[in-house]
Amino acid sequence: MIRKALWLSATSIFLTLFTAGGHAEDRVVNVYNWSDYIDSSIIDDFTKKTGIKVVYDTFDSNEILETKLLAGGSGYDVVVPSANFLARQIQAGVFQKLDKSKLPNISNMWDVISERTAKYDPGNEYAVNYMWGTVGLGYNVKKVTAALGTDKIDSWDVFFNPDKLAKLKDCGVYVLDSPADIIPAALKYLGLDPNSTSPDDIAKAEEALLKVRPYIRKFHSSEYINALANGDICLAIGWSGDVFQARNRAQEAKQGVEIGYSVPKEGAQMWFDMMAIPADAPHVADALEFINYMMTPEVIAKSSNYVLYANGNKASQQFVDKAILEDTSVYPDAETIKKLYTVAPYDPKTQRVITRTWTKIVTGQ
Amino acid sequence: MTNIAATAAPSAKTAAALPTRVVKGFVDRLVIIIPYLWLLFFFLVPFIIVFKISLSQTAISMPPYTPVLDFKDGVSGFFAGFRALNFDNYTWLTQDALYFNAYVTSLIIAGISTILTLIVGYPIAYGMARAPATIRPTLLMLVILPFWTSFLIRVYAWIGILKPEGLLNQVLLATGLISQPLVILNTYTAIFIGIVYSYLPFMVLPLYSSLEKMDYSLIEAAQDLGCPQTGAFWKITFPLSLPGVVAGCLLVFIPAVGEFVIPDLLGGSQTLMIGKTLWNEFFSNRDWPVSSAVAVILLLVLTIPIMFFQQAQAKAQEQGR
Repeated sequence: MIRKALWLSATSIFLTLFTAGGHAEDRVVNVYNWSDYIDSSIIDDFTKKTGIKVVYDTFDSNEILETKLLAGGSGYDVVVPSANFLARQIQAGVFQKLDKSKLPNISNMWDVISERTAKYDPGNEYAVNYMWGTVGLGYNVKKVTAALGTDKIDSWDVFFNPDKLAKLKDCGVYVLDSPADIIPAALKYLGLDPNSTSPDDIAKAEEALLKVRPYIRKFHSSEYINALANGDICLAIGWSGDVFQARNRAQEAKQGVEIGYSVPKEGAQMWFDMMAIPADAPHVADALEFINYMMTPEVIAKSSNYVLYANGNKASQQFVDKAILEDTSVYPDAETIKKLYTVAPYDPKTQRVITRTWTKIVTGQ
Repeated sequence: MTNIAATAAPSAKTAAALPTRVVKGFVDRLVIIIPYLWLLFFFLVPFIIVFKISLSQTAISMPPYTPVLDFKDGVSGFFAGFRALNFDNYTWLTQDALYFNAYVTSLIIAGISTILTLIVGYPIAYGMARAPATIRPTLLMLVILPFWTSFLIRVYAWIGILKPEGLLNQVLLATGLISQPLVILNTYTAIFIGIVYSYLPFMVLPLYSSLEKMDYSLIEAAQDLGCPQTGAFWKITFPLSLPGVVAGCLLVFIPAVGEFVIPDLLGGSQTLMIGKTLWNEFFSNRDWPVSSAVAVILLLVLTIPIMFFQQAQAKAQEQGR
C-alpha cells in the first residue's frame, strides 16, 4: 500500500516536472491569495482573454504569507497581504513599485479607500486594493436578544461594558487573537486615539480588557466562524468577511441560526487586502496584466458578488448586486465610513509591548 | 581423514573470504554512516542555522534579522564576528518570567499526558500481545488506522464531541448521568484528552513490540511456584516491558512538550505553552532571533530526558549480557 502510494506520488511529481518543462515558454502568473476569496470563473476568463495561465495558490493567514515573503524566493508574482502587514513588508524591501503605465484601470479606484491605504503605502506605489472590510461585532441574533432583551447591537458598549458582557458569558463570547485589532478598539471605546502607542494608553486599554476578560470564552482568529455558524457562541469580535462567511454557513445549514454583523457606532477599524508584486517575482509583466484585469469594474464586481466583501473600486459599484451595495454592514454609509479608522503598523518596540500586554490579557500571565 | 579435512577447510575458507570480508566491512560501515548522515543533514545543520539566527538581532529586512558569522568578509571577518557575538537573546528570556512559566507549564502538561497515555496504552498493548497470533495483524492495523485521516481533522472532531452541546454531553444528559452539560472544551482536561488520543499509537506500538517478544512461559513458571497473577505481572512482565515503556513515554513526551495545535484548538486561551510563546515571538513580534533562542532552549530541555533514556538503555543492555 505504502509502496503504491510512493509510486503514485513519484509519477505525479515526474508528470508535473514534465508538463512544467513542456510549457516553459507559455505566459504564466503565480497568484497567492486568501482561501475562498475569488470567483474562480474570473481566473478562467482572464486566461481566455490574455492567454496567460494562472497558477492560483491560497493561504489562510497573513503570518504564513509574511514568513514566505521574508524568507525570499517565494516564486509568487501576485500576493495579497493585509495593509498593516504590507506596510512593514514594504520597509523590509519585499515588494517592487508598480509600473502605473501598465495599470490603466487604476483610474477606476475609489478615492475614499485609496486615501486610507496610502497610510500604509504612501502614494499607493506598491499595491492596489482588492477587498476591504471592518472589525466589528458578529452575533447570534436570537441568543443575544434572549440575553440582552434587544437585538440592537450597534455599540462597543455591548462588549466593553462588563455588566452587559456578563449576560453573554454563558452563551459564549469569542474574540480575535489579534492585539492589533482589539487594543485599538479598546482605545476607541475609551475615547482615546486608536493609534496611540503611549504605554499609559496601552495600560488603560489593558485595564478595560481585563475587566471583561472573565466573560470571554476564547481568543482565536478563525474558530469563531464555525462557532458562530453552529450556534455555539453568541458574540464574536471578528473580521466582517469572516462573520459573513459564518452567516452564509448558518443559512446553508438551516438549523435556525441567524447571524448578524454590526459596525459599532463609535467607529471601527478598517482592514484592506492589497495586491502587490514581490521584488523577486519571476513574471512581472504578467502580474501587472493580472492586477490591471482585476481592476476592471465588471470583474471586481463579480468577485464582490461572490465573496460578499466591499472592494476599493468606485467604478465597479454599478455592477455590484444591489443587496450587497445597500447592506450597510458591507458598504457602510458615508456617515459611518467617516468614523472608521485605520491603525498604522507598530514599530518593533511597541509591537513587543503590545504582544506582552496581550499575553497578559489572554493568559493572565 | 576427517581431521585433515577439518583443519584444511577453514584455511581455504579464510583465503577466499578475505576480499568479501573487506567488502562486507565497507558495506557495514556504509550502513552505519547513513543514519549519521541523516542526523547531520536533518538535525545538526538545521540546528546550527537556528542557533546562528538566535545570536543575531532583528531587523526590518529580508530575512528579518542581521546576519552574524558571515563568510562574506572572508575568514578574518568571520573571526571578528565571532568575537562580537553576544547572547542578549538568551538573557532576554531570563528577564521575563513568561518564558520560564511557559516551559514549566509545557513540561507539566506533557508529563501528565504521558502518564495518562501510558495508563490507557498499556492494557491495549498487553491485550494485543496476548491475543491469538492470527488476529494480531488486524489489531495492529486498527491502531495505525487513525493515521489515515488528517491529524488536524481528528483534533477538530474532538471539538464536536466535547463542546457544551456536543456528542458527549448529549449522551450523558440523555442517560441522566448529569443534569448540567459538562464544560470540557477549552480546559486543561480537553488538552489531556486531545494529547492522549493523538499520541496513543506512539505509546501502544513500542509497548506491543516489547510485550510481544516476552516469553510467557516465565509467567507460567512464576505461577507454578505460587506467585499470584498481579505479583507475576509486576515482577516479570512489567520489568521486561520497561524498554517499551521508556520508548513509548519519550515518543509521547517529547512532541507533547512542543505541542501547538491541540492546546490551540481544544485548550482555553489561558493555557500558556511554549509552542504558543514561540508562535508569538515568531509571528506577532516577528522576532526570529528571540524565537530561535526559545527553540534552542526547548531543544536543550528535551535533550535531557533523551540522555536519561540512552543511559537507561545502556544499563539495560549491560544487564542483558
